[in-house]
Amino acid sequence: MAGDGDTTGMDLTHSDEDEAFRRELKAWLRKHMPRRSTYVDGGDDFSYDDPRRVVAARAWQRTLYKAGYVAIGWPKEFGGQGASIMRQTVLSEELILNRAPSLIGAMGLQMVGPTLIRHGTPEQQKEHLPRILTADEIWCQGYSEPGSGSDLASLRTRAEIDGDFFVVNGQKVWTSAAQLADWMFCLVRTDVNAPKHKGISYVLIDMRTPGITVRPLRQMTGESGFNEVFFSDVRVPRTNLVGNLNEGWKVANSTLHFERNMLASTTRTQQLMNDLVALAQRRSKHGGKATRDPAVRQRMADVLIRTEAMKYHALKQLSDEIHGRPPGIGASINKLVTTELNHDICAVALEVLGNYGQLRRNAPHVEDKGAWPKDHMFTLGLVIGGGTSQIQKNIISERGLGLPKGA
Amino acid sequence: MDFGLTADQQMLADSAREFLAAESPATTVRRISEDEHAFSPELFRKMVEQGWTGLLVPEAHGGLGLGMLDAAVLLTELGRSLAPAPILSSAVLATSLLCSAGSAVQKKQWLPKLASGEVIATVAWLEEGDRLDPGGVLLKPRRVRNGLRLSGSKLFVMDAEIAHLFLIAVRTGAGTGEAGLSLLLVPRDTPGISVTPLPSIDVTRRVYEVKFDDVVVPPTALLGGEGKAWKHLAKLLDVACVAIAAESQGGSERALHMAVEYAKVREQFGRVIGSFQAVKHIAAECFSDIEPSRSLLWYAAWAQQGSPRDASRAAAMAKARLGEVYSRTTNRSVQIHGGIGFTWEHDIHFWFKRARCNEAAFGNPAYHRERVAQLSGW
Repeated sequence: MAGDGDTTGMDLTHSDEDEAFRRELKAWLRKHMPRRSTYVDGGDDFSYDDPRRVVAARAWQRTLYKAGYVAIGWPKEFGGQGASIMRQTVLSEELILNRAPSLIGAMGLQMVGPTLIRHGTPEQQKEHLPRILTADEIWCQGYSEPGSGSDLASLRTRAEIDGDFFVVNGQKVWTSAAQLADWMFCLVRTDVNAPKHKGISYVLIDMRTPGITVRPLRQMTGESGFNEVFFSDVRVPRTNLVGNLNEGWKVANSTLHFERNMLASTTRTQQLMNDLVALAQRRSKHGGKATRDPAVRQRMADVLIRTEAMKYHALKQLSDEIHGRPPGIGASINKLVTTELNHDICAVALEVLGNYGQLRRNAPHVEDKGAWPKDHMFTLGLVIGGGTSQIQKNIISERGLGLPKGA
Repeated sequence: MDFGLTADQQMLADSAREFLAAESPATTVRRISEDEHAFSPELFRKMVEQGWTGLLVPEAHGGLGLGMLDAAVLLTELGRSLAPAPILSSAVLATSLLCSAGSAVQKKQWLPKLASGEVIATVAWLEEGDRLDPGGVLLKPRRVRNGLRLSGSKLFVMDAEIAHLFLIAVRTGAGTGEAGLSLLLVPRDTPGISVTPLPSIDVTRRVYEVKFDDVVVPPTALLGGEGKAWKHLAKLLDVACVAIAAESQGGSERALHMAVEYAKVREQFGRVIGSFQAVKHIAAECFSDIEPSRSLLWYAAWAQQGSPRDASRAAAMAKARLGEVYSRTTNRSVQIHGGIGFTWEHDIHFWFKRARCNEAAFGNPAYHRERVAQLSGW
């Protein structure tokens, strides 16, 4: 209405090529996506209690890779396509919105893969990258320890040099997917006398090495997605060191923002929001449609608005990256906001469900196969994992606002 | 794909911020707010020279012919500085309404004068019911031989004392629905009009009651055709939501900035308070509210022209979110300042108060969340 209105500025359209890519991908997914029942419901929580699910999940990633839809952003020489950020975004959006099963090799694809591309030796790249792409290698992350959670750099798992080997002793905890992983990328202490950040190294550990014990931990959801991992005189070839000795903290940090963004997919949040709307539209409350309840409408609108804000914020970050504008403190804000938002969306769903919100998967009268109470708990785990909300607030206030480090 | 400001828009933001930092720092805001009408003709003239009053006026009528995202960029800076001036009331709201509802003759008559700053206009919409739906407009003129005779009053009219022209929502038809609503274009000096201040907690922006005592206006005063006002008012609501959200974005950024700068120098227990997590986390939470809300605001502003089908919903989302974010941010910014933040001498209360007024103006967050629910088809 105002002015001539022909100078709107922003361009929210995709290129013809990206739109064609999206259409092809959608058509491909319609044809090749496994039936939902192939998998146990709720495929994003690393819980693969049923071994058939592991087999099916590996096969799915391989199929997707062969079709050209895995790690397309990786350089061509490492098995990727060197695709643009925009193209990668289209891919991840469509996979999520079409409810494609999540990738069992996500840790490899998003964390250790990019680390090896940046810091790995040619031998390490050649050995692991092709197998990461096809899910022939599933990876887990050996970071947290019983005494080192938020204060990760205080970690005490030792790696002592003995000839051509590191001898690793210690314990990792909260290790997602360790029970099925082939390999672990692991932070170990290689210099006990250096300041805590400067005595850490980044090593690759074959999970079949003698001396490794994996003990599943049951999560509050009832499933066993994460584990304790014990190392007793585990011999790791020194050629498995990534980057320089004692520079593991730097190596790990170079891909930490991948993890924060992995835990903070705004598309995933949008899909969860869509699920909430669908739920509220078919459930009744106080004798009427749940969506007619004023309190429910208020809470749904609130989480919708926050979801949309994050959607456009992600678009802005994407544009800033494409057009070479400085990124700011985006990843930490994304992690903080979307993990808490996901948890809140599930809480609204539980409000809609009333007493039905307590029912687990196999209960009579259950709604959405018990996904809401489970996701409500699972999303709380993501508020904690990958750097707690409080750690993100420290980072945001220090790097984003320039406030001094505390005592 | 480029979600962001154009080079021109970024330049507008930078130049407006520089201009306002130089011409209307907090000391000036404080001084102007002590004026009876919170108005400085001198500052307003400089803003006119910047082209701000012509921002939304089409080029054919002597303006810059820019869009709502440009206006949002400017209003973000005005919200940051709180410079008292009739930009929101006249250059954005009244101008938008005239562009939308005015006949060719009316536009030709008034838009060039609005662009040049010669005329200040303001919209008189709300009545005692404080309602934004059609039923809220009850002021009903009587038909007389030479036009319409108006008796009654309008509330919360921004900058009415300094305005030369009122755009008044009235009911010319029967019932309480959309169909009977009309707009009148009435000069301030028409006999029978009086303006009474409504002293507000926000001293940087004046609102008034405008009273009509047997005010007679000619048939040519009708703006946009008799009985056809609602679609223009509905659009005005979208513009107002984006505009106030933009002010609130800038105000939130400023308030947090003040709090953070204070926390970097204020010492307690032998350390700057900004090194305490209790303070840092409050600041980080505000920052994490503010950064995504800017993207929501930009989208809502862009959608007014770029995606008209989603324009109302997007505007309601931005208004609901920024209303909350601005209030929460100013609350917490006062908190970080401690005792000094509670004084009249410190500036932070100006932003705190604007936040409260912006939260309520053109519908509070709960009102707009309900609109979002409706517009989402729930």
